[in-house]
Amino acid sequence: MVERLVRSPKRLRSLNPTIESQSAAEQWDLIIRPKTSWFDLHLGDLWRYRDLTAMFVWRDFVAQYKQTILGPLWHIIQPLFTTLIFTVVFGKMAKLSTDGLPPVLFYLGGVTCWSYFADCVNRTSLTFINNAGIFGKVYFPRLSIPVSLVISGMIKFGIQFALFLAFAVFYWAQSARVHPNAAIALTPLLLLLMAGLSLGAGIIVSALSTRYRDLQQLVKFGVQLMMFATPVVYPLSMIGGGSFRWLILANPMTPIVETFRYAYLGSGTFDAAYLCYSAGFTAAVLLLGIVLFNHVERTFIDTV
Amino acid sequence: MSTVIQVDDVWKKYRLGVIGTGTLRHDFERWWHRVRGKPDPHAKVGEKGKIESEKGKVEGSENRASDGELADDEVWALCGVSFEVKQGEILGIIGRNGAGKSTLLKILSRVTSPTKGEVRVKGRIASLLEVGTGFHPELTGRENIFLNGAILGMTKPEIRSKLDEIVAFAGIETYIDTPVKRYSSGMYVRLAFAVAAHLEPEILIVDEVLAVGDAEFQKKCLGKMESISHQHGRTVLFVSHNMAAIQALCRHIIYLDDGRVRGIGSVDAQINLFLEDIRSKSREFETRAVSLGTSLELQHFAVSPTCVRSGEPIDFEIELYSSTSASVTDLVLLIYSAYGTRVSAMDLRNHGQPYQIRAESRVVRGRIQSLPLVEGDYQIGLYIKSEEYHDNLMDLATVRVQSRASQQRSAQYAAIHRGFLNLEYVIEK
Repeated sequence: MVERLVRSPKRLRSLNPTIESQSAAEQWDLIIRPKTSWFDLHLGDLWRYRDLTAMFVWRDFVAQYKQTILGPLWHIIQPLFTTLIFTVVFGKMAKLSTDGLPPVLFYLGGVTCWSYFADCVNRTSLTFINNAGIFGKVYFPRLSIPVSLVISGMIKFGIQFALFLAFAVFYWAQSARVHPNAAIALTPLLLLLMAGLSLGAGIIVSALSTRYRDLQQLVKFGVQLMMFATPVVYPLSMIGGGSFRWLILANPMTPIVETFRYAYLGSGTFDAAYLCYSAGFTAAVLLLGIVLFNHVERTFIDTV
Repeated sequence: MSTVIQVDDVWKKYRLGVIGTGTLRHDFERWWHRVRGKPDPHAKVGEKGKIESEKGKVEGSENRASDGELADDEVWALCGVSFEVKQGEILGIIGRNGAGKSTLLKILSRVTSPTKGEVRVKGRIASLLEVGTGFHPELTGRENIFLNGAILGMTKPEIRSKLDEIVAFAGIETYIDTPVKRYSSGMYVRLAFAVAAHLEPEILIVDEVLAVGDAEFQKKCLGKMESISHQHGRTVLFVSHNMAAIQALCRHIIYLDDGRVRGIGSVDAQINLFLEDIRSKSREFETRAVSLGTSLELQHFAVSPTCVRSGEPIDFEIELYSSTSASVTDLVLLIYSAYGTRVSAMDLRNHGQPYQIRAESRVVRGRIQSLPLVEGDYQIGLYIKSEEYHDNLMDLATVRVQSRASQQRSAQYAAIHRGFLNLEYVIEK
């Protein structure tokens, strides 16, 4: 019974040798011990809690539109206005090249991709801070929160993507300047890369920002700046031998956005090797992110 | 009955004070010095005493700090806790504020991990969440049942099969499709408990939830806990300051003190030990500061005299200090019976005005004009709420009330039969 206080397994065995065989036969469902390895990732848990991840996705989507009038329409209004402003500022005023594409289509394509990435990074980077309350009360795989954010972002991406498609079809019917091609088949891969990259970057920030809150400010600002190092408002072909060329080329989002435009609009560059670089980068960031995230999650609650 | 939880020599270290304010550069320098085997350049030299007094709330830390392997600003919240729980048992966990009860539960529910030691568990553990944790205010009751169930580890079909039962238990049939932000706090708690209780975990962890909710619902919760343990052979770990509830529900108790297992065994023996300890210890409390959040501190709390006759007045003195500007919106003096039942609460605000404290000490003095309590020991506590902190401090002082010698009517009944109050009354001739 409970009165039998067990100080250590050693003493337990010395008290009663039969217990040893008994305990060896016992099957424990869960063993809680101090974190030992950096690579003890519990990814199986994430799968076991997939219903929870689905619930989070659903919660994000439903709760976001309660008590709004326009609901999911906001997803359409937002990129439309951004595109409009880009068209005026970068197209009409700065007269940046759009590779011969209709400016609206050119910017909308870039904005659709970029806003998915930026949204995911911004939201996943707040994982620990926003959920400190619930993380302090109950266990579930912490990763299910950022994963659910990235998935619920896909719903928004889907709506904006449909908007983009509508515009593309419209322009394609009007003129011959738009050339969709077989690279469209890469779309799921592109989406997956963006999801992985933003998830990785976001959880790295969220893990580090449990200690360094400054990162939170930095990431919003940094993501904004990074857009200008990505061919969103200009085509890659415009960057000749500029001194920042390496920065733009090293940016793993560059091949993704370029490939996306190439697939649907027929302009821009497509280079399989370059896209592989992006995939490799994504895998590295994601792995680093998961390792860091798992390391922090075990003791995060002690430091809030 | 088989063992379902085996806690084996569990230790948990906490760092005190403000964590993570160091800059990246400091961290880097620290790391660099450690690599070269030199002392930490940013260790707080000569500040140990200050830290000791700041943390107050983690009482007895001096003893704990003697266990080695600790930096200046670290304490053991748990040191070498070991015990076993059998299937179907309702195990009560008692101890004062800061004894390590919550830390233990946090480790068991995997919210945080132990520093040393191991816990082995058979079956699914679910903890009863604090009011509305994991509830989304915009979602309806039904939607929140699914969400909360999923957070607690249930699958969708499981929740669906239990939905009607949960709704009926919580008694919210009419409001099931209303957003929970329109629920009363009572409905919130009922729903939260209902979800957890119907989760059918092999092990249910219940931490002080019964403090909220009306009496009827509390009774229902106790009944539910009893039935899930006795009828379904599930295990319940129950933490409470309410000794009456513990006594009603548990047959075994673990008494934690200073992060150690002070006692383990039958209810009555452990509760008596606990009450004995409180009596002998509360004197120490009067001089110890308790930190309330980052800037606010309860510097001094005293009542005098600590031994009165029933019906006599008693004075109290509270000294609050804040290093920055703080607004104490609630300050309530609480009286608890020895068994943890609240006897009285006195709002100490002046006409409901919060206390504004600006980097100064603020003393609140007063007198309870008459304490017409039945003889026995009573705990005096405080409920304090500021912008960043709120908590019940339950055992700041102990008052021993003795019976009034005069005007005794015939034979008096024993104190345990007489409730809490001695009321004035007359009998018409």
